[in-house]
Amino acid sequence: MIHFQNVSKDYNNHHALTDVTFKIVPKEFVSIVGRSGAGKSTIVKLLIGEDKPTKGRVIFGHYDVGKLKSRELPRLRRHIGTVFQDFKLLPSKNVYENIAFALEVASRPEHEIYDYVMEVLDLVDLRGKVKNFMNELSGGEKQRVAIARAMVNRPDVIVADEPTGNLDPVNTMGIISLLTKINELGTTVILATHNKDIVNQLGRRVLVVEDGRLVRDEENGRYSV
Amino acid sequence: MATTLYRVIKHGFQNFWRQRLLSVATLLVILLALLVFEGLMIFNTVSNKAFDTIQDKIDVSVYFKTTAPEDDILRIKQSLEGLSEVKSVDYISRDKALDTFKAAHANDQTISQAIQQLGENPLEASLNVKAKNPSQYSVIASYLQNDSLKDLVDKVSYQQNQVVIERLAKIVNIGRQGGLALTAIFAFLAILVAFNTILLAIYSNREEVEVMRLVGASDMFIRGPYIVEGVIYGVISAVLSLAITAPLVYFVSPYLRVFIPGMDLISYFTSNIFKILGYQLLFGTIIGVVSSLIAIRRYLKT
Ligand SMILES: Nc1ncnc2c1ncn2[C@@H]1O[C@H](COP(=O)(O)OP(=O)(O)O)[C@@H](O)[C@H]1O
Ligand SMILES: [Mg+2]
Repeated sequence: MIHFQNVSKDYNNHHALTDVTFKIVPKEFVSIVGRSGAGKSTIVKLLIGEDKPTKGRVIFGHYDVGKLKSRELPRLRRHIGTVFQDFKLLPSKNVYENIAFALEVASRPEHEIYDYVMEVLDLVDLRGKVKNFMNELSGGEKQRVAIARAMVNRPDVIVADEPTGNLDPVNTMGIISLLTKINELGTTVILATHNKDIVNQLGRRVLVVEDGRLVRDEENGRYSV
Repeated sequence: MATTLYRVIKHGFQNFWRQRLLSVATLLVILLALLVFEGLMIFNTVSNKAFDTIQDKIDVSVYFKTTAPEDDILRIKQSLEGLSEVKSVDYISRDKALDTFKAAHANDQTISQAIQQLGENPLEASLNVKAKNPSQYSVIASYLQNDSLKDLVDKVSYQQNQVVIERLAKIVNIGRQGGLALTAIFAFLAILVAFNTILLAIYSNREEVEVMRLVGASDMFIRGPYIVEGVIYGVISAVLSLAITAPLVYFVSPYLRVFIPGMDLISYFTSNIFKILGYQLLFGTIIGVVSSLIAIRRYLKT
């Protein structure tokens, strides 16, 4: 479903990624690990079309992501749910509206939106906070809103880039178990992180990135520095 | 499509309401710009009327020798009317001049007696010439002082009044040009300030724009609400600016009439109220919408 073919990415003569090749099949849970600056976020950005590869191809389903024009990106993004360290929620909208937004932009009918939003709110256990605004939520709650928004479109894949980077250990475990649950429900999950405890505890496939190169790709991998 | 439109409008109103402080600030600046526009519109109307009044008071008169035949005078009148600088020419015959003179001095016994004793009409026929532009009187005057007319013309009033006429002409011209320049400068400043405010307002929203893109919102879905907000700004500020100027006009109008006779600001205002409102709506929404579009463009590019 996802295929990076000999992908390189340069930022003004700086090699952020060099000749990276890997495949991800549906329903997998894959962790991308590596030190800060290794190139994890670059992989995420190339996957969601935020940046274009300097060399190689990024394939997602039937999309050749690197060749998409900017007006074609919205379609791609409705197939990918994204979760970031800094949540990226809309501060002037409440919890319900933030999640509903992902459906509204996909032109879903109003009655469907309500049902879907309530469903994911149950999944992330935030039904009690529908009307709250972002500044009234804790970090863990915000990240759950972000995950709910990523899920509500029923995407093929959820990409989480350091989703626990701003959270304490308890909330971190909460978010990781939520991602595991989502994966068990049938969605592919890609998790970029530099937190080795998480990875080791997961016991799933691990891609290790070092200095922009993919140095290991192991099922049931472990990550040690 | 209809749902998208509905959602775009909903988000536009929501943003306007939820970011009240920002909205009010933006609204005030657009309102200010519109007040400047409206002020300039009224200022131009008033000053043009004032300059027209002044200009109307300036003229040049040619007095013809009492021996000059009326036919010749009328021929000169015709040729004057053919000049491109000339707006109008009035012929005042000797008889008419006498009538006017008598009427003006009807109460003065000695003068009316003197005229009666004189037996014949001592007054000269004259042509009263008005130029289209006050700076053109010298051209007209020199035309009248031409040698070929020497036998007919007694005197041209221009010489005595030359200094005054030229000064007035200068004032009128400078006044009109200055008004135009002032209008351009103020309008430019007002637009600049309003644009800038909106650019800043949207700059403060740039992260939201990025978020919307990540969630898969099309450009139209991101831009739409800002356009709606721009329209809201335009409509509200147009109505407000009219509501603010109306009482001012009513208050100032009687005073203006003292300085500029024939200037009825209230009737100008009321008879043009829809035109003024229309302009305001147009300017307001153009400022609101165009600046939103310009600002948003920068954050939509990838
Ligand atoms: N937009 C950019 N411009 C220039 N350099 C960048 C940009 N984005 C990332 N980089 C560089 O690419 C390298 C990989 O960055 P990144 O993928 O963000 O690392 P990670 O997410 O693993 O911490 C880093 O050296 C970073 O400085
Ligand atoms: Mg990163």
